[in-house]
Amino acid sequence: MSDVTDLPPAIRFSKVSKVFGGVKALQDVAFEVGQGEVHCLAGENGCGKSTLIKIITGVYQPEPGTEMELFGERLSAITPNVARQMGIAVIWQDLALFPEMTVAENIAFETMLGNRPRFVDYGALRARAEAALARLEVSLDLDARLGTLPIAQRQVVAIARALVSDARLIFMDEPTASLTQAETDALLAVVRTLSARGVAVVFVSHRLAEVLEIASRVTVVRDGRLVGVYPTAGMTQGRLTELMTGKTFDHQVMARDTSADPVVMEVAGLTRRGEFRDVSFQLRRGEVLGLTGLIGAGRTELAHVLFGMAAPEAGRIVLGGREVRFASNRDAVAAGVAYVSEDRLALGLIQPQSISDNAVLSVLRRITGASGLMSPKRQEDLVAHWVRELAVKIGKPGDAVSTLSGGNQQRVVLAKWLATEPKVLILDCPTVGVDVGARAGIFRIVRELAAKGLAILLISDEVSEVHVNADRVLHMAGGRIVGEYDPRATTLEALEAAVYA
Amino acid sequence: MRDFLRAYPAEAKLLAVLVLLVAGLSVASPEFLTLVNITSLINNNAVNLIWAVGLLVVLIAGGIDISFAVGASVVQYLVVSALIGMGGGGWAVGIALAMAFGIGLGLINAGLIHGFRIISIVVTISTFNAFFGLLMFFTSGKSIYSLPDWLSRPIYLWELQTEIGWADIRLPVAVMAVCLFATWFLIRRTTTGRQLYAFGDNPEGARRAGINIWLMQAIAFGWCGMMAGIAGLMQAHITKEVVPNALIGRELDVLAAVVLGGARLGGGRGSVLGCVLGVALVAVAQNGLNLLGVSPYAFKMVVGIIILAAISTSNIDLAAMLAPKRRDRK
Amino acid sequence: MMDRIKQAFGPEVPGLLGFLLLVVVVFGVTAPNFLTGANLGSIAFQLPELGILTLAMLIPIISGGFNLAIIYTANMAGLTLAFVLMQFGGVDAGVGPFLLGTVLALLVGALSGAAMGAVIAYIGAHPILVSLAMMIFLRGLGEFLTKGGDISGFPQYLAVLGHGSFLGIPVPLILFGLCALAWHILLTRTRHGFAARMIGSNLRATTYSGVHTKRTLVLIYTLSGVMCAIAGILMLSRFNSVRVGHGEALLLVTVLACFLGGVDPFGGFGRVVPVVIALVVLQVLSSGLNLLGANQHLSTAVWGLFLVGVMILRWGAGRWKERKRGRV
Repeated sequence: MSDVTDLPPAIRFSKVSKVFGGVKALQDVAFEVGQGEVHCLAGENGCGKSTLIKIITGVYQPEPGTEMELFGERLSAITPNVARQMGIAVIWQDLALFPEMTVAENIAFETMLGNRPRFVDYGALRARAEAALARLEVSLDLDARLGTLPIAQRQVVAIARALVSDARLIFMDEPTASLTQAETDALLAVVRTLSARGVAVVFVSHRLAEVLEIASRVTVVRDGRLVGVYPTAGMTQGRLTELMTGKTFDHQVMARDTSADPVVMEVAGLTRRGEFRDVSFQLRRGEVLGLTGLIGAGRTELAHVLFGMAAPEAGRIVLGGREVRFASNRDAVAAGVAYVSEDRLALGLIQPQSISDNAVLSVLRRITGASGLMSPKRQEDLVAHWVRELAVKIGKPGDAVSTLSGGNQQRVVLAKWLATEPKVLILDCPTVGVDVGARAGIFRIVRELAAKGLAILLISDEVSEVHVNADRVLHMAGGRIVGEYDPRATTLEALEAAVYA
Repeated sequence: MRDFLRAYPAEAKLLAVLVLLVAGLSVASPEFLTLVNITSLINNNAVNLIWAVGLLVVLIAGGIDISFAVGASVVQYLVVSALIGMGGGGWAVGIALAMAFGIGLGLINAGLIHGFRIISIVVTISTFNAFFGLLMFFTSGKSIYSLPDWLSRPIYLWELQTEIGWADIRLPVAVMAVCLFATWFLIRRTTTGRQLYAFGDNPEGARRAGINIWLMQAIAFGWCGMMAGIAGLMQAHITKEVVPNALIGRELDVLAAVVLGGARLGGGRGSVLGCVLGVALVAVAQNGLNLLGVSPYAFKMVVGIIILAAISTSNIDLAAMLAPKRRDRK
Repeated sequence: MMDRIKQAFGPEVPGLLGFLLLVVVVFGVTAPNFLTGANLGSIAFQLPELGILTLAMLIPIISGGFNLAIIYTANMAGLTLAFVLMQFGGVDAGVGPFLLGTVLALLVGALSGAAMGAVIAYIGAHPILVSLAMMIFLRGLGEFLTKGGDISGFPQYLAVLGHGSFLGIPVPLILFGLCALAWHILLTRTRHGFAARMIGSNLRATTYSGVHTKRTLVLIYTLSGVMCAIAGILMLSRFNSVRVGHGEALLLVTVLACFLGGVDPFGGFGRVVPVVIALVVLQVLSSGLNLLGANQHLSTAVWGLFLVGVMILRWGAGRWKERKRGRV
């Protein structure tokens, strides 16, 4: 790509370093992307990928000594405005859109930038937005308020926004994380079109299959340092994971036969209009039951009903032989159901509060003495117990939980729920935002809990995760359970083919 | 119509309530739907509306301003003192001074908020105390009764004799109309206005898009200060006096009306139409109760109930989202 | 030692104590009558009214909300007590009616708080808006009931509550101390206090953790209302009269005192001890300025400027710490 064309590379950065409060986030990294190239930037969370993107787009200033060149032009400093004028656009993982504004305004937002006031030409605005959507071959209601759109459509808006600015280089930070397979395929097609028109695309994604399919080269970063730049031809997912983590992994199915164990939870004909229909399954003692399917299959909605956050319209839930009806999630907790939310940042933990307070939030009654007052001693002991038990790496229990890594945060969530001594543990995408390397640790805990007799419902959109870790796998699509698989009798490829069909 | 409902759900609901209220009052009280009553309603609420659109811009940009009514008192005093010192002046000088002093006070708020990363409620509560305390200290609480002649003379833009008395529209209404239009133009028709919405809606997204944050704060609070200053001058014009502690306390009533009109605490949402409707609902309710012979002391009570009822119905959706949904029907 | 103080009472405490010392020294030198028993006594009598109202504001702010209705809730509670006393002979009313009136006053405070809490919790309306509406309602109701006038002429023994001393300590100060202690225990050692902090940081995550957040919110505002009622009763006994609008100017001063005491404006963090120290600082400032010949209005201005100054210093300290960390 870049080596056969005479054009200067879109990006040529070298000796990139960045220090945050004494921590070296990036050290002497080099990054080069040719014009029209689809390039992948790979690495674990916190390896410095985002920092690198923010330096290239002018959000952060690098340390002195960094050499920066965009489209053959050497630059001494980059601001967001300079980057935009050079034709660089970013689609952030959190999209950075404006939910209260209309779709058209969001797409054509850059026409409204600049410190000097101008008149807003709503006609031209709509025309530009429409043109951008046309290039993506999708149609959206331009006057809808963005906040009313589902996440996948907001993603489309974010991509359209990058196209509006006639970008020559687009960064996509985890663009497919919330898309269905069909939407992902459409997005990849767009990326190919862009590339053919000479637009370079830098892809940041943890879905390695996608990365290998779309990119021509991959730059791997680990711990703020450059590991290397590799052509994707001949690269495998396993090899790429090793490069990213510096460790070796094997795909070994852990499933056991649990059909003889007693049933802990039985669900029959569970229905909630517009969310899921006629869902039935049994969950046994000591079993890890996998539940997979695409986003929008109704997985999280089902979990919410099992956790008492919403009531079913039909069907029943039997827990320990007795039918239960939850008026709220407090009833569910009391009945022995625990739920680890897929949204750890907003729902799983209270980020600004301390590790200790987060860990005991579900069992406040347990640390309350006979006087009705909470006992700091009991709280301390309980926290110390679970920190030890789950090997959570923390500084002080009083530190904010937000200071922990994704993997350790997830352990705190687990500690919070295990403290309630549940019979059924629902894990909803427990490895979102957890490093590839730290995921194994989470699943080791899950297997240990199952071995101690806990019944676990493991929900995940990563088919390989449930294939390895579950004893049985349910496939959910369109709000129904459409298949059940035994990982020992089904290959990963077959299961993926079924789910992504 | 459907587009309006979708783009302005809060405003549409409020409009419906207002229409019902007006219809009811027209039937219940023969005096309500008369020119005399309507024009006096408009005259009496011009100042509130000028404040309301100023505050609206701050709310859209994600801030809050508690200090504007006290700021208006400060501007009143400064402008009138300056005019007297100059030996009179005129409307052009008066309004220019009021705008300049108002913007100055607004920029103090903006500077503290942006310069030291203090959130707006803390800053404006501080400046609320500081402005008011300093004003009372330096003026010793003394009022100014001898306003320049041109300022204290009412200016009638339109008048008509009816059977029950004179109906008229006075200068503050025209000023209010200009302020409303200017604010509408700023927030709907200029790129700067759209940036204010974006900034209030998603500050981090706005920052990454390259919006100048300081400029946003300066425009929002400067605009609010400017409107406060103009409203202060109009208030002096109407009451023919400057009483330093006359306006303190009005800030919360205006805030209630603006939020009632669909502006969101937290930013990104709100419209000039909503401000008008919010102020109108409160004013019409009070006026109607008055005409119906209800004790004046009971008005405010009813206004409180109206606001409570309005917010209780406008936030139902949010509640449904948080609550464990419908119980089993069987 | 310092670390233990910070851990037990909050990181703001040493800084605020430093301020207090500075203010006391400055006024001790410049105002001749400052360090006299009479002046300290008058501070001790003035502090509790603002102090108890500030406690009423504190818990809603910690839970991520606001209670703008505190003054009028206090007024309404005071009115309730006054009405009962009037029914039983005014100046000649016995202790029985006083106790009855007190119970009813506390009930009125609790009810108005509970109503706000219920709208906030079950409808999800913004606390600023709900309490603002409640404030407008209560102000109207109070003015309606009193026709804008005041009620006075209460039994003699009420003066003990407002102006008396016990073992040399002013009774209002004792009352304030007890209230502050109760609030300190509520916030640090009870489940509801704990939940209030968590709700302040993230309501939904707290609900997901199995906490009955709606009930907690109702309770928070109910307790705030009860605290207002206590303030209302104290105000009645100190002024020997009740007028709707009494103490109106204190509304935003209570918010100021909370922020000065390091309470997070976004909710989730706040402690009683630094807020109490902040209150003492404010009261000392006001009294010192008063002795130097300034009026209450200058104190108001200085309070505002003082909060800005403290916020700027905190900002500066934060930057300094960051830079220091950067060099390591």
